[in-house]
Amino acid sequence: MMGRTIVIDPGRCIGCQACVSACRECDSHRGRSMIHLDYLDQGSSVASSPTVCMHCEDPLAPCAQVCPAEAILVTPDGVVHDADKSRCIGCGNCVNACPMGVPKIDLAAKLQFKCNLCYDRTSYGLAPMCATVCPTGSIFYGTLDELRTERPGVEVASTFDIDGTILSTGVAVVVPRDRPRGLPLPGGAGEHPRVTGSPQPAGHLEPNADNVLGEPLP
Amino acid sequence: MTIPLDPDISPPGTTRFRDAGGIPADRWRAIRGEETLVPTHCCFCGVQCGMYLRVHDGKVFGVEPRDHDINRMRLCPKGLNAYQQVNHPDRLTAPLLRRSRTDDLRPVSWEQALDVTAEQIRRIQADHGRDAFGLLGGASLFTEKTYLVGKFARVALRTRHVDYNGRLCMVSAAGANKLSFGIDRAANPFADILLTDCLLIAGSNVGECFPVMTQYLWGARDRGASLIVVDPRETSIARTADVHVALRPGTDAAFFDAVLHVVIAEGLVDQEYVDAHTTGWDEVKAAVAEFTPDRAAEICGIPAAQVVQVARMFATAPRAMAWHARGIEHHTQGVENCLAVINLCVATGNLGRPGAGYGTITGQGNGQGGREHGQKSDMLPGGRSISDPVHRRQVAEIWGIEEADLPLAGTSMMEMVHQMRRGEIRGLLGVCNNPFVSLPNYHVVKEGYDALEFHAQCDFFLSETAANAHLVLPVTVWAEDDGVMANAEARVVRHRKAQQPPEGVRTDTWVLCELARRLGVGDKFAYTGSEQVFEELRIASRGTVNDYYGITYARLDETGGIAWPCPDVTHPGTPRLFEDGRTAHADGKIHMQAVGWHPPADPYDDQFPMSLTTGRTVAHFLSGNQTRRLGGLVEQTPRPWIEVHPSHGFANGDPVTVHTRRGSATFPALVTEAIRPDTVFVPYHWPYPVAANEMTIDALDPRSKIPEYKVCACRIEAAAEITPVPAPPMPPGRESYAEAQRARAEQLPPTSSQGRGTSQP
Repeated sequence: MMGRTIVIDPGRCIGCQACVSACRECDSHRGRSMIHLDYLDQGSSVASSPTVCMHCEDPLAPCAQVCPAEAILVTPDGVVHDADKSRCIGCGNCVNACPMGVPKIDLAAKLQFKCNLCYDRTSYGLAPMCATVCPTGSIFYGTLDELRTERPGVEVASTFDIDGTILSTGVAVVVPRDRPRGLPLPGGAGEHPRVTGSPQPAGHLEPNADNVLGEPLP
Repeated sequence: MTIPLDPDISPPGTTRFRDAGGIPADRWRAIRGEETLVPTHCCFCGVQCGMYLRVHDGKVFGVEPRDHDINRMRLCPKGLNAYQQVNHPDRLTAPLLRRSRTDDLRPVSWEQALDVTAEQIRRIQADHGRDAFGLLGGASLFTEKTYLVGKFARVALRTRHVDYNGRLCMVSAAGANKLSFGIDRAANPFADILLTDCLLIAGSNVGECFPVMTQYLWGARDRGASLIVVDPRETSIARTADVHVALRPGTDAAFFDAVLHVVIAEGLVDQEYVDAHTTGWDEVKAAVAEFTPDRAAEICGIPAAQVVQVARMFATAPRAMAWHARGIEHHTQGVENCLAVINLCVATGNLGRPGAGYGTITGQGNGQGGREHGQKSDMLPGGRSISDPVHRRQVAEIWGIEEADLPLAGTSMMEMVHQMRRGEIRGLLGVCNNPFVSLPNYHVVKEGYDALEFHAQCDFFLSETAANAHLVLPVTVWAEDDGVMANAEARVVRHRKAQQPPEGVRTDTWVLCELARRLGVGDKFAYTGSEQVFEELRIASRGTVNDYYGITYARLDETGGIAWPCPDVTHPGTPRLFEDGRTAHADGKIHMQAVGWHPPADPYDDQFPMSLTTGRTVAHFLSGNQTRRLGGLVEQTPRPWIEVHPSHGFANGDPVTVHTRRGSATFPALVTEAIRPDTVFVPYHWPYPVAANEMTIDALDPRSKIPEYKVCACRIEAAAEITPVPAPPMPPGRESYAEAQRARAEQLPPTSSQGRGTSQP
């Protein structure tokens, strides 16, 4: 795994899409967001999670491997870049190869766009824009040690089994865990509202006449 | 291979750029070298996140996170998109006037616009008395401007009818704080949340309304703090909370009384603290005696065991804090709900210590500062009472007028609307508010405004309310003027001017001063800018509870903000209250208030058996006038919806009509188990005919006069069609930016979808 990388903690995500707006504001692909916000179990939960490019390490960047124009470059620091605009032919191979559904094709421009870990910022030593602004820290940028100092006991994973194919990534994800000391469960195993009864029927409630407007005021 | 670096265009300190050629290296050449970063704060909620506005060639063109104490680089989507307001093509750039409501608005000169306004003020006041002209301000204005609104009403208009939209925000919390502590603000700074062991959040969807505050919440939880959330909906923070109390809307006071009941029954009261610092404990004890967990379970519709669990968690934590927001404040017993929470904190001795205390989460950016200096109908600058002869004399002296010329207390915002309907108020100036979306019972509000003989409205976009006015005055957005705001911690922060306003746009300060000149009191309003107003405000607040005297622009520039009271220029400010155990009451005690419970004002019956509750969504701010035109935010949340429990048999997206005794509208269903089966939720940022506030009730809390937005009786039924969202109003002759964009998109050649990963331009 890269030294400084993104770690995603879906348990903290509040679905605010600050990451999506931030991505649109950063300089490397102005006006377009390269992040998806996924609703994990809509209908029974408000859980959500941001998806950035996972910067696959093994196999190394499937998107780059299938690119017929050799437009997708991987830098030695592990960053899988978006397609070189002078080479990209907009064929969509990368879209089909990516196991995470990350790259996008702009049909009019016939060009691919994807997260490049905010290379304009990270190469200056800044955090990517999404991780900088994420209100909850659901998108963390730093080393594993920095993460563990801030969040004691946190476990992360960077190897995933996708339909039998094992994939190792440069971006890690916080693993849900049981609750030590009654802590909430990252990953979101909260309980749904427990409800008893129903609103009281008419007659039980006495509206306070002084409070209901429409009557002349004193 | 490694390509050589071009030092002009490569990031400094970079030794290796990439291993293969191809990417034009200058693609990252931003205009950073030529841009200026202006340090300021977000214009939206009460967190007041620090941010830089990126300015190039005299124009704001972007935003950059700023490492400010409050937000430590974090920003929410509203903050990230806020800068787009500044040079938005929908901005108003000329005053608009119509002679009658049947005419169209037409551009006029500033001279003409101000002359008409002054003439109408004089005519209405001459014919019907001074109180026939009203003034409604806003809590998104800088504190200097809210001070001016109050002064303008009392000195230039000499009307008692002035109020502001903070009346819809957190006056219940303010009222409760004044009753208990004699001071109206949160007791602790956000940073104290990091130190707490148990955090109770009542009636606040923190994740959507105050997203940046969640970093404090998670910081506490990383340390092992427990989290209790009291909310009818399973919000994003409730989802992972240790306890989520999904109570029935409108039953908060009963719940908190029952929690205190258990605290007393289990001997968990900090009796030493209560004996030393409070009055009224016996009355409180007697009042909560009848609220057993079983009774609370019946009233609130929750398991009784949760009451006991919350009581034990909160009372046994070494340091516990309670933060609350509109969920418990928007009720006919909003003040009582807040008092019940305060009673719990006081009884458990959780006050005046790091990590122990209470706070209220302000909705509007300047919800706190906006009510401190006389914009409220019953208040004069410095939180003085307009009914107190001593306070009146003090302020009259500062303003250079006779005390007898100061009007008495007026009525609240919603009451003023009823007075408009009855013809008691015949003229109105609105500054920075949008009651057509934000007030409850829309049809009544429209009737009130339609009955006005003259209505002038200041705004920078044509809000729904401005579109209905006789005169619209185009004013600046926040980034075009200097000023201060006080955030939810009562920390005063400095906003900076980042660009000149567009041609034809004036500041609200200039408008009020020019009108005052035309009304013959120009000498009392001879300000050249915000700092001069602030200097007067400092003096006007000197020695009061809301003491700003020690705060200056220069000090704010040097610090990350200063919390009031700050009595002199060497004082560091007061981030945490009551550390010495004394409150602002004359006896220094906490005046505990006994709290009961009564049902909501709108009765349930066979016709209306369910509860409708309303709230916000993260992409929009209040009435949406500022956010419903910003592309990214509209894309994120284009329209309102109705949240219903699966037990009602609807599918996602089904048209569902919600009816109340005041109106009805049809929204697409969001079917989710995250809401109680007896409750539905609609976000309120949109105008009629998709306004949640068409349906809400205008019953008021008798003390704070806040409307009961958070609960009314309703029924839902399947419908045929979803009510479409109306386009934002535009000045005559100008097409909406959104519409123009749509038209351009339609002219593009059709493209075929390539499936997953396709992004349409």
